[in-house]
Amino acid sequence: MLSRVLLSLSLVPALALAVCQPDGQDAYKVRLSIKTALGANAYEWNESEQFLFRATLAFAMRKYTGQETFNVSSVIVCNETQRVSFWFVVTNPNDTATLIPKNAVEEAIRLSRNRINSAFLLSDKTLQFLGIPPTLAPPSQPSLPVWLIVFGVVMGIVTTGILALIISGFIQRKKKDIEDEDEEEKQERIMENGILCETLEGKEGVNNGAYSHDEDRLTQL
Amino acid sequence: MAEEKNTEVSVPELGKTAEERPKWDNKVQYLLTCIGFAVGLGNVWRFPYLCQTYGGGAFLIPYIIALIFEGIPLLHMELAIGQRLRQGSIGVWNSISPFLGGVGIGSLIVSFLVGLFYNTILAWVLWYFFHSFQDPLPWRDCPLNQNKTGYIEECAKSTPVNYFWYRETLNVTPNITDNGDLQWWMVICLASAWGIVYICFIRGIETIGKAVYVTATFPYLVLTIFLIRALTLPGATEGLVYLFTPKVQVLKDPKVWLDAATQIFFSLSLAFGGLIAFSSYNPQKNNCERDAVIVGVINSATSIYASIPIFAILGFKATSNYNDCLDGNILSITNAFNIGDQNVTRENYDSWLKHLNTTHSQELEDLHLKHCNLQEFLDQSASGTGLAFIVFTEAVIKMPGSQVWAVLFFVMLFSLGLSSMFGNLEGILTPLLDLHVVPKWLPKEAFTGLICLISFLFALIFTMGSGNYWLEIFNNYVGSLPLLIIAFFEIISVVYIYGIGRFSDDIEWMTGRRPNLYWQATWRVISPGMLLVVFLAYIVVQVQQPATYAAWNPNYINFPMTEALDYPGWVFAICILLSSVPCIFIPIVALYRFIQWIMRRVHQSQNRNPCENHAYEPELQ
Repeated sequence: MLSRVLLSLSLVPALALAVCQPDGQDAYKVRLSIKTALGANAYEWNESEQFLFRATLAFAMRKYTGQETFNVSSVIVCNETQRVSFWFVVTNPNDTATLIPKNAVEEAIRLSRNRINSAFLLSDKTLQFLGIPPTLAPPSQPSLPVWLIVFGVVMGIVTTGILALIISGFIQRKKKDIEDEDEEEKQERIMENGILCETLEGKEGVNNGAYSHDEDRLTQL
Repeated sequence: MAEEKNTEVSVPELGKTAEERPKWDNKVQYLLTCIGFAVGLGNVWRFPYLCQTYGGGAFLIPYIIALIFEGIPLLHMELAIGQRLRQGSIGVWNSISPFLGGVGIGSLIVSFLVGLFYNTILAWVLWYFFHSFQDPLPWRDCPLNQNKTGYIEECAKSTPVNYFWYRETLNVTPNITDNGDLQWWMVICLASAWGIVYICFIRGIETIGKAVYVTATFPYLVLTIFLIRALTLPGATEGLVYLFTPKVQVLKDPKVWLDAATQIFFSLSLAFGGLIAFSSYNPQKNNCERDAVIVGVINSATSIYASIPIFAILGFKATSNYNDCLDGNILSITNAFNIGDQNVTRENYDSWLKHLNTTHSQELEDLHLKHCNLQEFLDQSASGTGLAFIVFTEAVIKMPGSQVWAVLFFVMLFSLGLSSMFGNLEGILTPLLDLHVVPKWLPKEAFTGLICLISFLFALIFTMGSGNYWLEIFNNYVGSLPLLIIAFFEIISVVYIYGIGRFSDDIEWMTGRRPNLYWQATWRVISPGMLLVVFLAYIVVQVQQPATYAAWNPNYINFPMTEALDYPGWVFAICILLSSVPCIFIPIVALYRFIQWIMRRVHQSQNRNPCENHAYEPELQ
């Protein structure tokens, strides 16, 4: 009796190892980059951390399926490397020989991804489940695009500036017109030689055809 | 003795009953305006690229030689002739000889066309400025696609920075014949750019003179801030070493000398008519010789000064990219060989690689590791809009406090471009005012507004989907060859038609000193000679290059590389038209005047009454 119990007990881990196969149909590879994420505060990856991992995964399965039968022993880990990376499978708590299918495991992990990450102080990038893409955070879209606000401010300033300059120019011109009118009224009309000086003012003198050279006003080529 | 000189050139009447010619409030305004006009976007995004391409410190040699023998003499000539004849470009050349009126008209047209596309670049700068207030910056991440499972394909294949520029800003079409629609966001940015330009330009130099106190000085402040920040960034020294390491053997390539000469010429904004317009508002007794030297030297010094922070930041960006590349490779190795996390670092990466190559060479090959080379990343520099909107924006994301740097950078670009726009617009306004085409009842504000409105409407071409391609065309064909031709005619007219002797007398009258041997030699022979050589070499180079443009086509096989497409026939015809229309006015006007002269001679020889004295015309006629 005792020998049979001993035999079956020794077979269990062997069975477990046989169930967890790298590249297996229902197995997932996990990769952790603790030093990259935490730098100086990085913790050592040991058996206890492994235990925590299996426990969180069991928690995820419980949450997803609603069955509270999943246990740490349901999660089997193998092929651990120095990287730190390993493969794991989840066995059915009712029948330890069968495995939970890949999709179910994926959905469970997706559901509790945040909790799993926080348990290890890691992120989607540093705790990778190969085959499960990280969820992309949609960029926040404010109600009114920021650039339109800046544009509105700039255009507002420019428009008020233009209006101010136009109006001030207009007022200046009106003032000058009034001043000019006053000046004109005061001026007497000057006469010289029977011809009003004003009529001559506009001309640069008059070209007397008899007394000018042809090309005086043009530079000789 | 000089005061009573009898000039045969018609100086416009002073003391009209309307306003006198406007003038600068003080000398500082005038100098700042000229410096602002000369110092533009090209100083920041063209010169550093040339410097780096043509052997770093060695490029300064042809650059300074071109400045001394081509740039400053032409600059002095333009400032002096404008100051002496007190008219805008059309009036000045008309005064020297009516046969040369076409030179002024050419300047006017070039100023107008360049103003169109230059302000569109400012509209793009404004767009980026508006978006720099967001956290995170919108060109940092790719947007998610429709069903939120991943990033938009076009963005994932290229980079977020490229996507933001080509898709969200320009919404560019795959080729130039596909016009696309007017992009409403670009239209409103263009409207605001023209609004800002209008508010500074509204009363001509009265308002421009006030605006340049800010627009001409602010860029220097920002460049200094960037310089201090950039020098503290990791990788800055690599960038600077890369920029300034002189490779003297590059000087044997004639293309370097050609590019130095063209860079100086275009950088000083010669032949636009703007400088002539600015100096025409000066009092006649002003030392234009000193002004020319000051403006020329400050322009070049700014170029050199600007290249330091630019290349420090580019060095930082190259180092960041190189580190990212290395980190990507390290991660691949760590994951593939299950090495402990962080055991492979950047420092021991090479030794790990060697070790793995001996033990697991096949698996290592299968990983297809990227080849990370710092030189390659440093070589990825760019010029023009590519530098500002793609390379620099990418660098800014990686700097802490990105928003501040982005805002500073784009405001600096905007003020650099704005002060250059003033010169372009004055090159349009002053000649038109001097030609008296403006009716007296139209206030100046309305006329400047009209100029801005018409330019805005024409510039809407550049807000279409294919706008970027058209802008490149304008940039390459308008802002290059016509200017060389106009400048050549300018200096020939002044030296040989107006007469170098008379010009030297004028300068002696204005400045009190006769121009010395340096000026005589450069004006008579060296500068026209250099211009001719540059012009011919430019044509030779242009003809040899295929007429293609780089199109952004997401469906291209080698996307994200740009596709090199040929210009269709009608587009190429427009290119030729753009180059030739400004220049064609020179012979057209000369011909027109010649015909007029012949007609007048014929008319005069037929009926000449020597006794007609028009001074005694009775009043009632």
